[in-house]
Amino acid sequence: MTPLSRRGFLLGATAAGGLVALGGTSWLMRRPGLPGGGDYTIPYDPTVFLSIDPDGTVTLQSKHLEMGQGIMTGLATLVAEEMDADWSRFEVELAPADTAAFLNTHLGRQGTFASSGIANSWVQMRRVGAGARAMLVAAAAERWGVVEGEVSVAGGVLRHEPSGRRASFGELAHAAMAQPTPDPETLELKSPAEWERIGHTALRVDAPEKISGEAAFALDVRRPGMLRAVVARPPRFGGVVAGFDAEAALDVPGVREVIEIPSGVAILADDTWSAMRGREALPVDWDDAGAESRSTDSILTEYREIAQRPGVLALDRGDVESALGGAAQTLDYEYTFPYLAHTPMEPLSCVMERTDEGVEVWAGCQLQTLEQWAVAQVMDLDLEQVRINTVFAGASFGRRANPRTDWIPELAHIVRVSRLNRPVQLVWTREDDVRGGCYRPVSLHAGRVGVDASGAIAGWEHRAVSASLVLGTPWSYADARAGVDRATAGGIMETTYAVPDLRVDVHAPTSPVPVGFWRSVGDGHTIFMIETLLDELAERSGRDAVEFRLTHLREDARAQAVLERAAEAIGWWGGPPGGRAYGVASSFDDVSGRRTYVSMIAEVGLDVGRLDIHRIVAAVDCGVVINPNIVAAQIEGSVAFAVSTVLRNEITLRDGFVVQSNFHDFEPTRLAEMPQVEVHFVSSDTPPSGIGEAGVAPVAPAVANAVAALTGRRFRALPLPLHELGATLGASPGPVIRPTGLHP
Amino acid sequence: MGGAYTGGSTEAPPGRFTLDSRETQLPSFGYPLCNTSTPCRPGLSALSGTALKLTVNGQDHEFDVAREMPLLWVLRDHLDLTGTKYGCGIGLCGACTVHIDGVAARSCSVLAGDAEGREITTIEGAAGLVSDLVREAWTEADVVQCGYCQPGQIMTAIALLSKNPKPDSDEVERAMNGVLCRCGTYLRVAAAVRRASEGL
Repeated sequence: MTPLSRRGFLLGATAAGGLVALGGTSWLMRRPGLPGGGDYTIPYDPTVFLSIDPDGTVTLQSKHLEMGQGIMTGLATLVAEEMDADWSRFEVELAPADTAAFLNTHLGRQGTFASSGIANSWVQMRRVGAGARAMLVAAAAERWGVVEGEVSVAGGVLRHEPSGRRASFGELAHAAMAQPTPDPETLELKSPAEWERIGHTALRVDAPEKISGEAAFALDVRRPGMLRAVVARPPRFGGVVAGFDAEAALDVPGVREVIEIPSGVAILADDTWSAMRGREALPVDWDDAGAESRSTDSILTEYREIAQRPGVLALDRGDVESALGGAAQTLDYEYTFPYLAHTPMEPLSCVMERTDEGVEVWAGCQLQTLEQWAVAQVMDLDLEQVRINTVFAGASFGRRANPRTDWIPELAHIVRVSRLNRPVQLVWTREDDVRGGCYRPVSLHAGRVGVDASGAIAGWEHRAVSASLVLGTPWSYADARAGVDRATAGGIMETTYAVPDLRVDVHAPTSPVPVGFWRSVGDGHTIFMIETLLDELAERSGRDAVEFRLTHLREDARAQAVLERAAEAIGWWGGPPGGRAYGVASSFDDVSGRRTYVSMIAEVGLDVGRLDIHRIVAAVDCGVVINPNIVAAQIEGSVAFAVSTVLRNEITLRDGFVVQSNFHDFEPTRLAEMPQVEVHFVSSDTPPSGIGEAGVAPVAPAVANAVAALTGRRFRALPLPLHELGATLGASPGPVIRPTGLHP
Repeated sequence: MGGAYTGGSTEAPPGRFTLDSRETQLPSFGYPLCNTSTPCRPGLSALSGTALKLTVNGQDHEFDVAREMPLLWVLRDHLDLTGTKYGCGIGLCGACTVHIDGVAARSCSVLAGDAEGREITTIEGAAGLVSDLVREAWTEADVVQCGYCQPGQIMTAIALLSKNPKPDSDEVERAMNGVLCRCGTYLRVAAAVRRASEGL
């Protein structure tokens, strides 16, 4: 075991400092490159993650950000299961930035991404729990002078039955700390038959403080003497400040300071509203010479031209030309998808203050390794001088996992330049958020797919045109450096449908518009393309849509089982109720070899002159389910997240300016539009694969396929052109949606 | 939380990052603090007219802030009642919902001056049978995900059930439709409102 500092197990678990070198090189040296990504050691030492109070309360450091996905509860379940801890005295804290201690075991960097929270912790956190249990047992055996095999553990209490002796975790915490850390490889983990927590529903550990209103998000952090900052940013991406009149803003009561930073002009004030008013009063001249000045339509026109030329080859298997040449039917297609914003309910915010050691940050920080490094670069500090306290995030959907970084180092620039030396809270308004970029990129997918006389897919050539999410960023990975970003070409590259002859190539045009990970990432567009095409191919082949898919899933029993389960659950073969239609789609999402299977069938009606998505029946195989209730909640949430992209959501550029600005023109799904959601589990004993994103991608194609069944019309873009279908939106806003004053 | 806090425990949950507003009220720093008793900048009072008097969670407060400041920012930045959330600033999302004289209102769209003389209740101060039943139902239905919109959801539900203890499903839908939840907890929100209604 690498000698990580023992921070916990006892009272007063200490801060992140003092980590020593891994592999002979110091993490803590200032270095030009982003740490991690090379060799790394997975920490299993229980004392890194756990502290035990004398009263027996066990506190786990959650190495992952809680942004609604339930990871604190999930990690606690894994540890408590193996530790045989008392659940009523098990608490969870969000761990600070500390890459060596809290790295994501899939990457060697600290971060919560790619639905990997449970998957990367599955072995590690159970070993942490089992290791802690072993250390407590060893301490008890030593104190009582008995053999370890005679010590039993249940509910946070150790017992020696023959002598009747017993002790709580709290009583033995000190003695356990002195025990050697067990070799993680030798720890025996419970068999599934022994599980008392895994697979059972526990209420979320973060719920009570979120229901009371006490939960602290970054916007709720208060520090003594704290100022609020908003930033006037260029109205076009890539613009820069040409000049500004600070006095105009300084004349606004409460405004303290106006300073130029790389991303714009920051206004610091005593409260948020004064900062916002200061920004309104501040005249800024922008230099748009290097800015994006195109409209979405012209970008897509350029993409269409680019798509005429071969891109970088991502995948080429079989003989696509021969297969397509021999196909009974071929289908040429072109799909387009708009930019999409994440709009988490909590707009971006963070707090930073200078300390004797360096700076301290509070943020709903999703990629701690990246953000810590970015702040260190801006402030010219060592990594260890940047303490990042992770606080609850008011959701993210990928927004806080920006591979380019933005809001946290932006605040570092403010703190670096400010002469006031006071804590500063940076606030992005909703307009800043909607117009702030980091979007899912606009994309164009074009190609040709064939079916042979037997109804089997015969040849598929596909070309994707989309800005890379990671190319040129510190977070880039090997594929992207070779010109293929799996984040945009994913979905088709790893499809589990039988496509023996498949070629995929990609273009990654660049633009000043920053793009990023958006829940379900590339699958959000490629799965729409695949699943609507499969539906159309089935229809052209005279085959049932589910049966057509099943014949292409013969090599993947798990995929077959999930699709069959969804079809059975809704009664696919019996047909929909009168006036309605079913539409089917699946995401057999593969992230680095972790495949999550989600099939959905949408029941849709246009019968009352509007599009009603009545219900979504989902079947899920995400490996071992830690908490069925949380998995179901992720599917429900995925449906809500996707429905508004079907109905209306898009970010559009007009001459480089973002048209939308707030929830009136980028309106998320509302309660009245929420379909009923049923979730059916297909039991699985494979390791958990992740469920945060896989439910998003199937929703839109399932609905589109159902609408196609009702109207005979196929769709090649999102959002669906409801106005052309004579459908109005399902939700009637009613009086409650209007701004309400004192007299609603 | 500050002295106005009347709902739930006044202790922050152990072991978490806590909001130490008590610390901010001690004038032990080398610069003037901007809070309820110290004007942010000379002349502010003159600019903003007479002192603003608000009754929040049963306690009277006096502020030297502009009367046209939205109530939301007075609650959040000058009373540190951070349970009331900022989501859009233009009355579209409901995250900032508070009760004014018992009626749900969007605090981002109410000028602080217009709230004078009214009883303002925030999530921190919501108490009583309906509040208890709503929070119990929220717990049992395991509604929350990220939790950011939930104070607004809960305050909207309390206002609905206080006025109409037995809403039908259309009435629940109409009342709750104005509160956005990007995590998509809507099915559980509706179920929790129905569940709470059963106890009334």
